[in-house]
Amino acid sequence: MKELVKRLTEAYGPSGFEAQVRAIIAAEVKGLADEVRTDGIGNLFVLKKGRDSSHRALVAAHMDEIGVMVTHIDKDGFARFTRIGGVRPLGLPGARVVFANGLVGSIGLEKLEDRTKVPDLDKMFIDVGAKDKDTCPVKVGDAATFWQPFAAQHGRWIAKAFDDRIGCAVLIETLRALPKPAYDTYFVFTAQEEVGVRGATVAAFGVEPDYAIAVDVTPTGDTPESHPIAAGIGKGPAIKVMDRGMIVHQGLKDWMIRTAEEAGIRYQLEVLEFGSTDAMAMQTTREGVPAGVLSIPTRHVHSPSEMVDEGDVQDSVKLLAALLSRPVSLE
Amino acid sequence: MTLLKELSEARGVSGREDEIRSILFRHIREHIDEHRVDALGNLIAVRKARVPAGAPVPRKVMLAAHMDEVGLMITEITKSGLLRFQPTGGIDPRLLLAKKVLIGDNKVPGVIGVKPIHKLKAEELEQVPKYEQLTIDIGVTTQSAAEALTHVGDYATFDTAYEELGPFAKGKAFDDRAGCAVLVELLKHDYPFDLHAVFTVQEEVGLRGARVAAYSVEPDCAIALEGTIADDLPKKKDVSPTSRLGGGPVLTVMDRTFIAHAGMLRHTIAVAEKHGIPYQFKQPGIGGTDAGAIHLTREGIPSLTIAVPCRYIHSPVALLYIKDFEHTITLVRETLRTLTLDIIRPEA
Repeated sequence: MKELVKRLTEAYGPSGFEAQVRAIIAAEVKGLADEVRTDGIGNLFVLKKGRDSSHRALVAAHMDEIGVMVTHIDKDGFARFTRIGGVRPLGLPGARVVFANGLVGSIGLEKLEDRTKVPDLDKMFIDVGAKDKDTCPVKVGDAATFWQPFAAQHGRWIAKAFDDRIGCAVLIETLRALPKPAYDTYFVFTAQEEVGVRGATVAAFGVEPDYAIAVDVTPTGDTPESHPIAAGIGKGPAIKVMDRGMIVHQGLKDWMIRTAEEAGIRYQLEVLEFGSTDAMAMQTTREGVPAGVLSIPTRHVHSPSEMVDEGDVQDSVKLLAALLSRPVSLE
Repeated sequence: MTLLKELSEARGVSGREDEIRSILFRHIREHIDEHRVDALGNLIAVRKARVPAGAPVPRKVMLAAHMDEVGLMITEITKSGLLRFQPTGGIDPRLLLAKKVLIGDNKVPGVIGVKPIHKLKAEELEQVPKYEQLTIDIGVTTQSAAEALTHVGDYATFDTAYEELGPFAKGKAFDDRAGCAVLVELLKHDYPFDLHAVFTVQEEVGLRGARVAAYSVEPDCAIALEGTIADDLPKKKDVSPTSRLGGGPVLTVMDRTFIAHAGMLRHTIAVAEKHGIPYQFKQPGIGGTDAGAIHLTREGIPSLTIAVPCRYIHSPVALLYIKDFEHTITLVRETLRTLTLDIIRPEA
């Protein structure tokens, strides 16, 4: 699994430009699924038939990651940029970014008038080493992501884009581990989550599931002077209760907890004061869908170097497989 | 440009687009096969396929241009007969001082009051006026006289005549009457699929008309036609002008509401290059259009936004370059004529 996670996290896939990630996943799930298709926005649907085809389950992990997009090339060939999703300015100066074709740029900073304030993106630029505007190899509208290698040490993994490639990896490994799910189960690898859960919005409309679970990362409160959050890494997968975008279906959440307890998988409960996931969109599609979230606790979310615990990831696969194997109870 | 003049001078703030709808219907009626007006007020017109397709083509293509403009709504009539108001859509309050407006169906003329410079304190010159401090003066002195002419809930629009300045057109509400005028022109041509031309309502208050129109039309793909931001006056810093007059039609890659469908974008660029039509990319991350609502409808609709660059939008007066307007019509028309199913089919 580590090798797959390395490939997925190092792949290029800012929101709207998920093709390279989609290709990796499509190759991995080949032979594990009864049907594979994509849609207009770029979602990848992987159907695994269940014992009972009268019901449908949907599990989703998003392929896209945050990134930057070029807005202007100045006369000297420096590229101004905007954010794709929740990119924070603090980690940017000095970071390297990579474009779809492999071209690498360094993020530079203007001379600051006031060094006590965090500069916004309009004080920064991407330097791809161009000599001038005409020969600059990038153009307005080109998207880039952080350029960062995957690292693994003593059971902890560091990489960019665990949000949400780790969710993608959990879905793929669950597909491998799961003999036959209870229901026809759509493993949906969604597009454009980071810019407003857009892929999940249209995917859920199309699948019309009886219940849905998003698998995504959740930030933790286990680092120095962090925002107080109960969840931490190395303490098992988190079952979401609420975030800014949704309140998880009570019955579904209780069923997830019961399933974890019966399967002997450790878990944590998650209440998040900010952010949301694909489950927010899936919950309000059509006439409403019971939706929940299985979260992988992740440190330094939306930075170029996020961190997860290998055991949490393994247990997330076990929990998702246990959930999908049994009939849902929404009581 | 007589159509743009008529549309620009007509009045239609979000929620009250009927005057625009009547004008548009008059101009398109002989070019369409069917039409309907939905519950929100969208005008949905269909021009059926009239030419054979050379390759498999989409069944239904939706084009959207919004009829509504930003404006003001009267919120209170004061004892002294002055009218308080709030904006409908995004308007910079600094633009409002001493502007002429027309209020309600009877076009009651008024002027937004302002303190003379002689009486301004130095710090007041530094401040942005607040809506709560502004009133419209309609030349009456009592509440009852004002109430005889206007009502709470009436809309006010800028009183701006359309004019051409050499190769430029000047007028209000080019966002999005320019898009409406482009769409009317497009309805005069033949396509190998059913063209659903939707003149939408309430874009400026949250893409509301387009959302329900796309749901009912269920197109295979869609293009939003817009008048968009040109911020191309000389600047100290070498940064994006968002778009510039004379640069040709503006293509959106990403704005706050959507990311353009890659295949449709590639196709449009190829068409522009083949026909020698100038084009430019809009500064990514800025603004939003009806495509933001359309592309998330049902199971998702591949969408694109193509716009005419306009200076000073969301103000009493905007400026566009007539050649950009004409190039936009040509680019969209040629893009549609050669739009095949392959272009919008999902990538493997």
